[in-house]
Amino acid sequence: MRFTRLIPLFVTLLAAAFLIVPAILSILAGITANYFRGLSSGLTLRWIFEVWELYSGSIFLSLWIALCCLVATLLIGVPAAYWLARHPGRMARWLEEFVSLPLSIPGLALALALIQLYGSHLGFRTSWVFILTGHVLYTLPFMVRSVQAVLAGMDLATLEESAASLGAGPWQRFRDIALPGAMPGILAGALTVVTLSIGEFNLTWMLHTPYLKTLPVGLADAYASMRLEIASAYTLIFFVMIVPLLMAMQWASDRARRLTR
Amino acid sequence: MSNQQFLTLCLLPLAVFSLAFLALPLVQLLLGAAGSEAGWGIYLQILATPRYLSTLGQTVVISLLVTIAALLISTTAGLYLSRAQFRGRGLLISILTLPLAFPGVVIGFLIILLGGRQGLINQLTPGHVVFAYSSLGLFLGYLYFSIPRVLLTIMAAAEKLDPALEEAARTLGAGPLRVLRDVILPGLAPSLIAAGAIAFATAMGAFGTAFTLATNIDVLPMVIYTEFTLAANIAMASALSIVLGLVTWVLLLLARSYSGTTVAAGG
Amino acid sequence: MTLTLTNIGKTFADGTRAVRPTDLSVAEGEIVSLLGPSGCGKTTLLRMIAGLENPDAGGQIRFGDSDVTSQPVERRQVGMVFQSYALFPNMSLRANVGYGLKMQKLPRAELDARVEEVLALCRLEPYAERAVTALSGGQRQRVALARAIAPRPRVLLLDEPLSALDASLRDALRDELAELLRRFNITAIFVTHDQTEALAIADRVAVMQAGRIEQIGAPELLYRQPASRFVAEFVGDAMALEGRREGTSLQMRNGAVALPDAGAGHLPYVRAENIQISHTGPVSARVEAVTFLGTHYRVALSGLGDNMLYCTHQGDSAPRVGSEVRLAIPTAGIMMLPRSQESAR
Repeated sequence: MRFTRLIPLFVTLLAAAFLIVPAILSILAGITANYFRGLSSGLTLRWIFEVWELYSGSIFLSLWIALCCLVATLLIGVPAAYWLARHPGRMARWLEEFVSLPLSIPGLALALALIQLYGSHLGFRTSWVFILTGHVLYTLPFMVRSVQAVLAGMDLATLEESAASLGAGPWQRFRDIALPGAMPGILAGALTVVTLSIGEFNLTWMLHTPYLKTLPVGLADAYASMRLEIASAYTLIFFVMIVPLLMAMQWASDRARRLTR
Repeated sequence: MSNQQFLTLCLLPLAVFSLAFLALPLVQLLLGAAGSEAGWGIYLQILATPRYLSTLGQTVVISLLVTIAALLISTTAGLYLSRAQFRGRGLLISILTLPLAFPGVVIGFLIILLGGRQGLINQLTPGHVVFAYSSLGLFLGYLYFSIPRVLLTIMAAAEKLDPALEEAARTLGAGPLRVLRDVILPGLAPSLIAAGAIAFATAMGAFGTAFTLATNIDVLPMVIYTEFTLAANIAMASALSIVLGLVTWVLLLLARSYSGTTVAAGG
Repeated sequence: MTLTLTNIGKTFADGTRAVRPTDLSVAEGEIVSLLGPSGCGKTTLLRMIAGLENPDAGGQIRFGDSDVTSQPVERRQVGMVFQSYALFPNMSLRANVGYGLKMQKLPRAELDARVEEVLALCRLEPYAERAVTALSGGQRQRVALARAIAPRPRVLLLDEPLSALDASLRDALRDELAELLRRFNITAIFVTHDQTEALAIADRVAVMQAGRIEQIGAPELLYRQPASRFVAEFVGDAMALEGRREGTSLQMRNGAVALPDAGAGHLPYVRAENIQISHTGPVSARVEAVTFLGTHYRVALSGLGDNMLYCTHQGDSAPRVGSEVRLAIPTAGIMMLPRSQESAR
């Protein structure tokens, strides 16, 4: 009895250790003077500075693309989610299923598709906008679904009828009723979009050019060609950026889901 | 502006974007696959080429193993965490779910830190234990990737289980293991199927992890990548991506129809 | 503002005829209730007046002299109270009430003054700054009403405004609503499935059945002179008297009662309050059940026909269950209604 109760705890702890230990190792390696000799070689910020010198361009490019990606998904996704919420039915389900394809098709396949169609338009192919396009493609379904779920959870149709009976036109109803109501979903969607965009690798690796490296592309580069300490320091910087975003994203998603119920 | 016009305007940006960057590229991918001398017969060529077939088999086997392992671990942990109340529970849940949005490359690197030449295991053990670049390393990488996804799905489902069912079984004399077998697992079945499909699909399509670890192993995404970049065999790369895309899409569609949730694929 | 509906019907896309072509006119300041069971078309009719549904071709809706048939809801200047109240959760009570005025682009100062005025009228000042999610059911209902009348609509439309409330609150709020509506002095249409609400609040009640208005008139008229079996049964629970008609008397199983004059093809109906337990009554019945309801007893009686009859019985004690009683049914209490029409039950 006691023993069978301990097994689940043991499995849980083991799984947690499996996930957290390598992450801690990478953090330590990033601030250790010589990882091969171990912690006794002393702690240093040298690798972090070196990463900054080598890759700060990648980091800023990633932030810039994430920001643009957020703006694009807001402009495209929020109105679309509103349309979907106003047209519940088979048509909306098919459309949502289609827009969500990038969730289920591997990024590699999507990137191949994009390159084959647009690869010959060199001005587009070699600009950062090409990478942005891939990121928007991949993150858009998250924004649409997040907003749509919240809109579907409120009695949008009646609230809009109510606003209309008070004299509000279509745009005013969207602005005064739908947008404020969708806010928890927009927040959750926005955090998801930024988090995923900063960490996106699969599409980006195929779409990037040697002069346009995003943070994860830089990471892959560092893993392949830099010493372990630099790779680790770079990973550490990535963690510092992504973990707070992840936590905020999970908090916002839980909140949106609670409000929908 | 009428109501209908406004709503149409709302859909317009999505329609334009999806058409230009999703629908048309996918059509191009289909055409590209049929663009070689083999034409549509390229899919038969996949079946006739031993290298592609063994790659396909290897990818399926490793994805299946990852699915089973992730289901066992995450169901155990998920059920435990959704019931037990103890200090540190929140921290454990955070640790187990935060890697959700780690890109595959980073997970690959974390596996190298565990099982690479300078890795933890190699330092702790006397002999040379380096497994990061083997099938075991790839398996662990995919597992790292799948545990949070499966765990979230299972925990969401476990919270929706009616505790009264379990209590009813207890009042009827069922012990904990019987309750697990007769009440909890049947109640979780749709989510288990969904979570399994998610794990399998993400493992099939995982590129980032494979990119860092699978230098010597043929898994489908890596073969697609090398066909495209090194062999410049665009038709074959396209055909293989279509096969891969179809498999993962169907599986995730299945997952959604069973549980109504999707946890981020990709990576 | 008078409201005139001419030939207004509604056929849904799937072919369901929700409302058959209907005429209705409502005088300035009059409160009309649309009463009927669910699915009778009353809400659809209300939504067509609001502009939330389009009537079938050939219909016309006029507010006073202007034809509003093709006007969209936001330009029709109606006030509407929804069944769920549909208060905007992201706005305070004050912002909710002021929303319609904001849409009219009223200057700030005038808007504030008008909102204050309406808040006072609806006794909502103490809660003005609260979030609408922090209000009780009764308060929400008053906010919905205040929000609807603040822009001074041409017509006020209420869709089951009391049905979202607890039964215990409903009675008190019904009287309050009736009083507020009189005070607004506004043309109002009020949809309900509850005859007590309709009778208590409306100047005229339109009883609807299967997409058409069966009868329209003052509450007393509907109650005392129902035009059809449906109206008699739906308003005031009339019961059929079973028996053989012989001239002006009805031979029932255990005695005979005198009927009022009526043409052939009319059948007798009676209400529970018109059946009296009396030692000298001409018919006898057996007591099947007795329910004490505070002000009176409700007694179920068998033996007069195939169906159970009910009577209300005042007094300190009720007859025992199982006993035989004699009943008197005064001729004035019997309604003769045309045969072969749909029943409300």
